[in-house]
Amino acid sequence: MSAHSVTEPTRLSKSIAAVLVAVYALITLLPLLWIISTGFKSGPDSISYPPKVVFAPSLEGYVNLFTTRTRIGAEQFAALPPPETWYDRIVRQSGTVIAGQSRFGERFLNSVIIGFGSTFLSIFLGTLAAYAFSRFRVPLKDDLLFFILSTRMMPPIAVAIPIYLMYRELGLSDTHLGMILLYTAVNISLAVWLLKGFIDEIPREYEEAALIDGYTRFQAFRKVVLPQAATGIASTAIFCLIFAWNEYAFAVLLTSGNAQTAPPFIPTIIGVGGQDWPAVAAGATLFLLPVMIFTILLRKHLLRGITFGAVRK
Amino acid sequence: MTDTPILRVARATPPPLARRLRGLSDRAIAWLFVAPTIFLLLAINIFPLIWTVRLSFTNYAANRPGREVEWVGLRNYERILTSEAIWSNMQTTAHFLFWTITLQVILGFALAWLINRKFKGNDLLTTLIVLPMMLSPAVVGNFWTFLYQPQIGLFNYMVELLTGTPASSFSMLGPGGLAKWSIIIVDTWMWTPFVMLICLAGLRSIPDYIYEAAEVDRASKWRQFWTLTVPMVLPFLMLAVLFRGIENFKMFDMVVLLTGGGPGNETLLASIDLKREAFEKWRTGYSSAYAIILFVTVFGLASIYVKALNKVKER
Repeated sequence: MSAHSVTEPTRLSKSIAAVLVAVYALITLLPLLWIISTGFKSGPDSISYPPKVVFAPSLEGYVNLFTTRTRIGAEQFAALPPPETWYDRIVRQSGTVIAGQSRFGERFLNSVIIGFGSTFLSIFLGTLAAYAFSRFRVPLKDDLLFFILSTRMMPPIAVAIPIYLMYRELGLSDTHLGMILLYTAVNISLAVWLLKGFIDEIPREYEEAALIDGYTRFQAFRKVVLPQAATGIASTAIFCLIFAWNEYAFAVLLTSGNAQTAPPFIPTIIGVGGQDWPAVAAGATLFLLPVMIFTILLRKHLLRGITFGAVRK
Repeated sequence: MTDTPILRVARATPPPLARRLRGLSDRAIAWLFVAPTIFLLLAINIFPLIWTVRLSFTNYAANRPGREVEWVGLRNYERILTSEAIWSNMQTTAHFLFWTITLQVILGFALAWLINRKFKGNDLLTTLIVLPMMLSPAVVGNFWTFLYQPQIGLFNYMVELLTGTPASSFSMLGPGGLAKWSIIIVDTWMWTPFVMLICLAGLRSIPDYIYEAAEVDRASKWRQFWTLTVPMVLPFLMLAVLFRGIENFKMFDMVVLLTGGGPGNETLLASIDLKREAFEKWRTGYSSAYAIILFVTVFGLASIYVKALNKVKER
């Protein structure tokens, strides 16, 4: 095996590498494929031994995810009118009837509201700060930038105690606004560092030309810098969104009913005698899929985002 | 400076026009732009941190706001630093850190090195490998409890398929000492791609002409690898270790949902223990001191490490 030939690795070494990496990719994807397929299994199929690879697809998991069900007496059950909808029919098969809607929809919506809200705020504040750090002589610039970075090193639980107390005082616990502000504070360090890198790369000459043409600083910022930084802003936004979307520690400590997001909710989906795995898998699939899609779309900008801008391709 | 052209134009124009040209002074704009960020960080990061420090000297309990709060001086710190339970949690954390970082560095570097062959389709495979890292650790950690079920779980089944060990003969999450490894496996599965991506950036930053020169000097491939590739990737690798170290020292979500610190206290990482003290036993003052000790430890270790990293970079 050659480490590096002068110009190109040999054909053989390329093929060996391709096979090894493909095997790793297959192993690493297996749990994800298992989540997706379990979502389409019926209850008994999901817990069969040996684990079923081929099975009759069922929407039971998805129906259970969105509903709550009760078991009723055999006589009552027999007296029911025939099921009206496809989901009624699925639920009846396991001897239960639909009692109402589950909270999954609400929790998912909370994740959307808090995710997008905090992303918007982080990007708005982060772009302003990054522009100032990039273009002006801010006193103590390096110290401030390091300060912004160091806030990321704190274990969430270390600040969770006073935030919990503070939010209780201010009436922000279990509110969307409270969570949006909190996630913005966590994300803004990433946003400022990444965006500063992107804005640094835009030549100053463009703005200077605009200023000479009679633009004010604000106008130059809005009409010259922002359009140039659009790609950078978009990829930073996705990273902020993914963080807020995935966050669990603060969500589980600071929210309970009203503003709870999906990550603390999904693990609490219970069926008869333990977790209802098809329903958990269905919830996980719906929750993880958007991130998978974003990751695939974003692959070119990935590195910069996850390394805080420390590594640029 | 940036304002020279503006000033030049401003000086040459009559006052009202100059004002319109300049708008707000650059200094004012700079402050206006930076202030909200700094304010937010002060309010939601620094102020709580100072508050934690203050609480750490008291016996405050957040579930009993009416009770009188006493100053206890350094007693909380003393109790934590002499507690055997906490030292054992620190060891659990260290075990987790050591093995996750070692495995991720080996696997991540190997993968990057292979992907750097630039075979056909390497882009697609890289993207697929990266997926686990982007997903919610809580949701994924929860699902792994299903994969780890002794009878029906996919993990045990695969082990049986590959090694012949009966699937029901061991339980990754039960007693028997395997739980420690169960969290290491999931973390490695999730975060190896992170180390891989950074190593890949390192490998791609090495210019071809260096290898060409080595080839002219007739250095063997083996020698090229150890004297060129490794030293040039080292700063990147160290950066990856720093990020992983900080993140895993704070590890909470994935492990809490996978093992909850159990069985017994086998996987009780420091931050899970901290959460129990703070939000289940409601020993707010005590857990504040605990939080400060953890924060100082991360910060201290990270600073020493960054110094070492800078030395490597200078070389």
